[in-house]
This record gives sequence, C-alpha cells and structure tokens, in this order.
Amino acid sequence: MNAGQSFRLAIKALTTSKMRSLLTMLGIIIGVASVIVILALGNGLQGMINEQVDKLGINLVQTTVYGRGDGTTMLLDPKDMEQLVEEHPDVLSGMSPYVGTVATLRHGDEKYDKTSMYGVSQVMFNNDTQATLNGETLAQGRFLSYLDVERRQNVCVIGAYLAQEAFRGEALGQTLSINGSSYTVIGVLDQDGDNMEEGGPNDLIYLPYENALELMGSRQVALYLFTSTSGDTAAQAKEIIDGMLFDFFQDEYAYYTTTMAEQAELISAMMGVAMAVLVAIAAISLLVGGIGIMNIMLVSVTERTREIGIRKSLGAKRRDIRSQFVIEAGTTSAIGGLLGIALGWLLATGVGSLIGASLSSQMGGATFSATPTFGAVAISFGVSVGIGVLFGYLPANKAAKLNPIDALRYD
Amino acid sequence: MAHLIELRNVFKIYPMGDEQVHALDGINLTIDQGEFVAIVGSSGSGKSTAMNIIGCLDVPTAGTYRLGGVDVSTMDDDQQAEIRNKMLGFIFQQYNLIPKLTVLENVELPLLYAGVPAAERRERAVRSLERVGLSSKQKNLPAQLAGGQQQRVSIARALAGDPSVILADEPTGALDSRTGREVLGFLKQLNREGDTVVLITHDNSIATKADRIVRLQDGKIIYDGDAHDPRAVVQPGEAGEERAPEGAEQEVGA
Repeated sequence: MNAGQSFRLAIKALTTSKMRSLLTMLGIIIGVASVIVILALGNGLQGMINEQVDKLGINLVQTTVYGRGDGTTMLLDPKDMEQLVEEHPDVLSGMSPYVGTVATLRHGDEKYDKTSMYGVSQVMFNNDTQATLNGETLAQGRFLSYLDVERRQNVCVIGAYLAQEAFRGEALGQTLSINGSSYTVIGVLDQDGDNMEEGGPNDLIYLPYENALELMGSRQVALYLFTSTSGDTAAQAKEIIDGMLFDFFQDEYAYYTTTMAEQAELISAMMGVAMAVLVAIAAISLLVGGIGIMNIMLVSVTERTREIGIRKSLGAKRRDIRSQFVIEAGTTSAIGGLLGIALGWLLATGVGSLIGASLSSQMGGATFSATPTFGAVAISFGVSVGIGVLFGYLPANKAAKLNPIDALRYD
Repeated sequence: MAHLIELRNVFKIYPMGDEQVHALDGINLTIDQGEFVAIVGSSGSGKSTAMNIIGCLDVPTAGTYRLGGVDVSTMDDDQQAEIRNKMLGFIFQQYNLIPKLTVLENVELPLLYAGVPAAERRERAVRSLERVGLSSKQKNLPAQLAGGQQQRVSIARALAGDPSVILADEPTGALDSRTGREVLGFLKQLNREGDTVVLITHDNSIATKADRIVRLQDGKIIYDGDAHDPRAVVQPGEAGEERAPEGAEQEVGA
C-alpha cells in the first residue's frame, strides 16, 4: 500500500546522511563482494578443470598393473587387454598400453638423455579430438598407425623440443637413434605451454609399445589407457577391466583402475568443500552486516518515535509501520548488496586476470576467467535483501508496537 | 438520531504506586453532529485523557464510548487505528507534520492508510489544501512554512480523510495571538460548513469561541453548557459552589 513511499523515504534517508549509510552498509558490501569474488574464482577454476578434462577426454580409463609382488612371474599379456575391448564394443572403444621411461637419444653428434619416452599403441591418438590421450596435438606428419604398432616399426613421434633442438624444425622423415636403434620421425607434436627446457613437458617421444619394452629390456606393461564409448560408460568400463584383472591375478590389490570422470568428480567435490568453507567465512561478514543494519534501524526507530506516533494517529496499523521499517532496512541492504556486487565484480576481474596469467603458463595454455555467474549475483542480491528484511524485522516490530499516545508525546 | 459521540460513565484509572489515580472519574458526555464543543480544564483536570479516549488513542478502564453508534471502548490497536482513520481528524499543538515529507504528502497520509488509490489521493489532498488556502505550497517541506501555515496544513490533513469529528488539541498553543485567532476562525468556519469540532484547551478565551463548553476538574465534568453563560468561564476552585449546578446543567448543550 505505502511501499512506494517507504522505498522513497528509505532512499531519501540514505542520501541525506551518506557517511552513516555507507558505514551501515559496509558489512553487507564487504560480505557480498567476498562471496562474489570467491564464487567467481571458483567458477574460473572449475572452468579450467573442465577444459582440461575435455581435452583429455572424459571417457579416459586408466589401469595401473602392479602384479602380485610375490615373485611369481604372472605376466599380463597386452593382447588380453585388447581382447577385452573386442569383447565389449558397447562399453570400451580402445586400449593403449602405456610404457614410460627416460631414453637416451642421439642425432648426429648431439646426445639427449632427459627425453621422456612413451611406448603406446595407435589408440593413444584420439581421432575425434585429433589429440593424444595426454592432450597433445600434431603439428606435422601423423601419429603411430595400427600397422606401425602391429609390425613393431622403428618409427616415432617427437615433441616440439626435439624438433626444434635436434632437427631445427625439419624433423619429418629424419632419423634418430634411441638407445642405439635407428628410428624414423613420422610426426611432430605442437608445443604445449611455454616450457621448452630439456626434460620438460615438450621433450618427449612416442613409439610403438613393444619397441619401447624391448628398448627398456622389460616385459611388463605397468599402465594401460582405455577409452570408453562415452563418459557415461566409464564406470561400467572400470568394472569390466577390474573383473578381468581379478580373474587373472585373484588379488584385488594387484591393479588399480581409475576413470577421468571419477577424478574430475573428486576434484570438483574437493573444490566444492573448499568453496563452501570460504563462502561460510564470507557469510560471517554478511551476518555482522545484518547486525549493523539492525543497530541503525533501532536508532532510527527511536529517532522517529514521534513520526510513528503521528502516522498511528492518522490511522496507520501495526503492519503499515512494520512494513515501512522493513522496506527501509531491505532497501538499505539491497543497495549495499548492489555496491558489493559491483565491488566484487571489479575485484574478481582484477584478481582473475592476475591468477589467469600465472596459471595458464603453468597449465599448458588453459584459459582462466573469473566471471561471477548470473546465479551467484542473483543469490548474493537476494541474500542481502533477505538479511535486511530479517534484521530489520525486530526494530520494525518494536516501532509497530509503540503506543501512539507515548509516541506523540516523545521529544 | 443517535449521538455522534457518547461517553457513558467512563473511568480511566492509572495505578501510581499503591494508589490509583482517577484521571477520568465517571464521565457522561454526548456530542452531536455539527456541534462546536470546547473541553476546558487546567492541567491535571483529565482533559488530555478525555481527548485520548475521544480520539480513540486510548481505551477507558470502565464505561462505554460509542463513536458514530459503534462501541469503540473495547477495540484493539489496529481496530482503533482504522476508526481514527475513518472517523477522526487530529489537529495538534505542535502541528505534528512529518518533516521529511512535502506538504502534499503530509496531507495525503490519512488517505494513504485508508487505501485510497494514488490519483484520487492526490486529488483529494489538493482539494483539502485549497480549503485552507495553501495549494500553492504543496511541494514545500513543512519547515519552509510559517507556524500558522503549518497549522493550516495540519488542518488540511485532518480534513483530507473526510472525518466525522475534528479533534483539535490546543491548536493555538504554539502560535502568536493573531495567527491563533486566524486558526480559530478557520475552525469556526469549518463548523459553519457542517463539520463537528471538538476543541481541547486550558484557555478560557479560546474556549469561548466554541458554542458549548465542557469544563473538567479532577476527572469530573463540573460544567457543561452554553459557552456564553458566565458560569462557563469561572475558574474552577474560585468558588466551591460551582460544583452544585453540575447535575442540572449537564445535558444542556446536548
């Protein structure tokens, strides 16, 4: 009924005593700004993680084989794992053994002995995303093919570091020596991130896994990368793989399978907890802000006792007076909320670009943008109005219950 | 026809320590539509308590008060507020305008609480300000007006809701004698136009502007009758025999 006038009066009261209003709203401003910053940064981080997961593929399933460790020579044949993929085409779409070590390479007179060497199959390269299961993309040439792997060809795909340092960019078709054997370069990977150090993330080489096992003098494949048909079948894939491995080893501690979906979920859950804690701390500021508003509203009710008496004598009912003061408290905190949202947005953008710059160089060019979601902004605004109304209610009720005779006599 | 205001055997008793103070001690009073009545008494006579009860700001401890035929003596807070809004227009000694609201908004207040739509509210408030000759000041704040003008704004506010009774509590108390006379003249004019006016004052010279005087002393009515009767203005306590005609005179003006 008199909401419009109450609102206008509240604005008038806020603008006539700016210092007092600012101090009243400060708690709400700080609280809302912190919540916005935290949610925006969390949102940015989550986005970055999602980007990474998408890059690697949400359908990635990783199995580590430890063996029974009792000296028995129970060797799991990679062909058995391949068999698994053939038996479950609706769940599993591919498998690559993953044999990693540090190799010694030679090209001409130069020696490179910090290069990471990975023995894999053609499945390591995802034709859909045109990237390896580690997220690397091809700059030149092609990845290992089925025949390369099946026939154990002496071919390799090299990282950007070797292409630049050993071949001055002209690597395709050239040969290099790995632990004494000669290999032909059939593909070159794109540079990943800024780190071009020897032994860094760009100093790597892919070759067929059986060649790698031979070069290492090993027969044991310790890690298998599977791809499931989709992110949804990843859990089912894990069951199938674990079932087969249990049948083989009769020991559930001989292997460990984890899915990307599971890991992403775990990271998200951990981040969710961390964010909830931070938001809870920021919420304390909102609580203090609410108490500040309650305090100033109690002062306001006392200051305006006579006005309340006048209004009551003219026919204002309890609910009229109550809603007037509740609206005033709500308006105060709503304006505080708006200021807090603006401040939070500025801070999030500033801090976000700083963090984004440092993170993206570390995390291989992943983009980071700390933008508060519409939901976060809407909820912050709603909560600040809610706090005003909640903490304004007590003073408003006190005003509503004033006796008109006493209130009129008040000076 | 029923009386507009009808107090029957009204008591207002306040506890004060171990004793009980009878602010009103068995009042019987009726006022009809179109009357101009002054309730007179010195401080402590009970006239403020009478004004609070007639104004529905307070309820009697015992007895009944019927306003416009409705028993309002047992109403709760909000019901009283509604009655005040519909039936009563207040004029206070200190004007009691809300300083942050413009003249027009002040006059609109009773209509606001009556739930009158905005356009009609504005129109009626402007009309009310025209009656007191202040429609040109509607955008001003009360503090920008002289005392007499502020009191006229409060009269306009009292009139805006079209009340049955105008209740003026020492309306000239804060004004110089010339502006005071103006305001009284104004009340008289309103009465001639048909409004019922109840004036509460301690000042005999003001009370005599009314048609009828009700004199209170120690919570009792000691005179009720024609304002031009010499007995109406005799100071209470000057002559003990003033109590004698009380019963005989009580209903004279009714």
